[in-house]
Amino acid sequence: MSDAPGALTHATVMTGRSLLLSRRNIDAVITSMMLPIMLMLIFVYFFGGAIDTGTAYDSYVMYVVPGVLFLCAGFGSATTAVAVSEDMKGGIIDRFRSLDIGAMPILAGHVVASTVRNLVSTTLVFAVALLIGFRPAATPAGWLAVTAVLLAYIVALSWISAAIGLLARTPEAAGGFTFFMSFLPYPSSAFVPVDSMPGWLHGFADHQPVTPAIESLRGLLLDQPVGNAPWTALAWAAGILTVAVALSGVLFRVRTR
Amino acid sequence: MRILATLATADSGTARVAGHDVVADRRAVRRAISLTGQFAAVDETLTGEENLRMMARLSGLTRTRARRRAEELLVRFGLTDAARRQARTYSGGMRRRLDLAAGLVGSPEPGVFFLDEPTTGLDPRSRRELWQVVRDLAGRGAAVLLTTQYLEEADQLADRITVLDKGRAVAEGTPETLKSRVSGHRLDLVLSSREAYLRLATRAVHHSPETLTLGLPTDGTAAHARALLDEIDPHRTDIDRFSVRSATLDDVFLALTTDRTEAPAHV
Repeated sequence: MSDAPGALTHATVMTGRSLLLSRRNIDAVITSMMLPIMLMLIFVYFFGGAIDTGTAYDSYVMYVVPGVLFLCAGFGSATTAVAVSEDMKGGIIDRFRSLDIGAMPILAGHVVASTVRNLVSTTLVFAVALLIGFRPAATPAGWLAVTAVLLAYIVALSWISAAIGLLARTPEAAGGFTFFMSFLPYPSSAFVPVDSMPGWLHGFADHQPVTPAIESLRGLLLDQPVGNAPWTALAWAAGILTVAVALSGVLFRVRTR
Repeated sequence: MRILATLATADSGTARVAGHDVVADRRAVRRAISLTGQFAAVDETLTGEENLRMMARLSGLTRTRARRRAEELLVRFGLTDAARRQARTYSGGMRRRLDLAAGLVGSPEPGVFFLDEPTTGLDPRSRRELWQVVRDLAGRGAAVLLTTQYLEEADQLADRITVLDKGRAVAEGTPETLKSRVSGHRLDLVLSSREAYLRLATRAVHHSPETLTLGLPTDGTAAHARALLDEIDPHRTDIDRFSVRSATLDDVFLALTTDRTEAPAHV
């Protein structure tokens, strides 16, 4: 008689599975990693010259890197939502449920794999940014804070993507739904200063979840004062994560009833 | 079937599987059963071996034991050669066998199997291979609940059959009991002329005027068939061909159900 495995064992095995599936679908993963890099090159070389970011930045690449990191997370989330949706569509979810595996280990496996994919793509973006003239000046404590904020947002967005994967009826729809996450960085200070936007947009741009994260990443990377921005960012990430976990629990029950 | 496998909730009524209530004791039920649907519940991009090892780990085996268990099952289900190929390259029959194997990974092996139309869409050879797998399972003492639309399959495999019509059980029993509800055997005669057909039509239990074929009841013995042929066609001119057929579950099914397009028979 085998012991009933705990949720942790289940989550570990499910993570291994999701990572293996990513490796087998390497084409899709690479595409989602290349897109943000291409966009960064487009922004820096095509638009950058025309964007006035003020005197605090030597060049546009110094300004735009945090925004590109968020684009990365947005594109990565499509992969995650599609993977969750594929699971729900096939018979495998019944198999998992008949093995008495709960929603959380299944989703946690997807989220951890998504986080790993995102960390790889984030590293790639940093590497390319360094090649094209990005020169971070962060202190060791600053790097730690950068990692914490990025990680918190990646996990929170991954879990939202998993919830979207549960919500969408088809994998195609799941991929489409995540686009709003790739768009969220645009009406923020990610690519252009908020001051340059029309007045009615300021309220949203200043108070949406991406802005404090962008502000803290940019400040920390360039070793400028950031104020409370990192704490605000972490609070947003924690809030998003809480909502996403609760929502996905409900959605999973609805979908598998 | 989904209700019995604890994946759906019943509108009313109660059910017990392996002694456990499907609602109150769903964990115990899940540990006692194995479910195989008509859509293979395996990861297409993983290999057969990886699928089985993953399922074994999920049902609580250690890494080493999971590997050993996967190897055993690959041998038992004839998938050793395909073990390291991705499941999406498998044929329908191989996929179904992998699926069944995946339902067997836990130890002890589940005692109750739910197979939901396991041979739908399989070629005849794969179907027969799967039948053998089901017989092996039953031979090891497991209880198998199988739904199918192929009555020959139910006849081959089942100890007990329930015929469902529009969601209701309309008959239940062994294949023999069910078949005895229609006549045991039939002598089908292809007649040489329309006159002969009309002359004998009143004695027949089965009529097919367009092919001039009549079916007469018989007990299936050579003596009876010979006597019957001599009696109805003493000059040996009226009957072109004949065949003896046993009643099949198809006859039972048609007799039991009204106009139906889909009707799973439960084993």
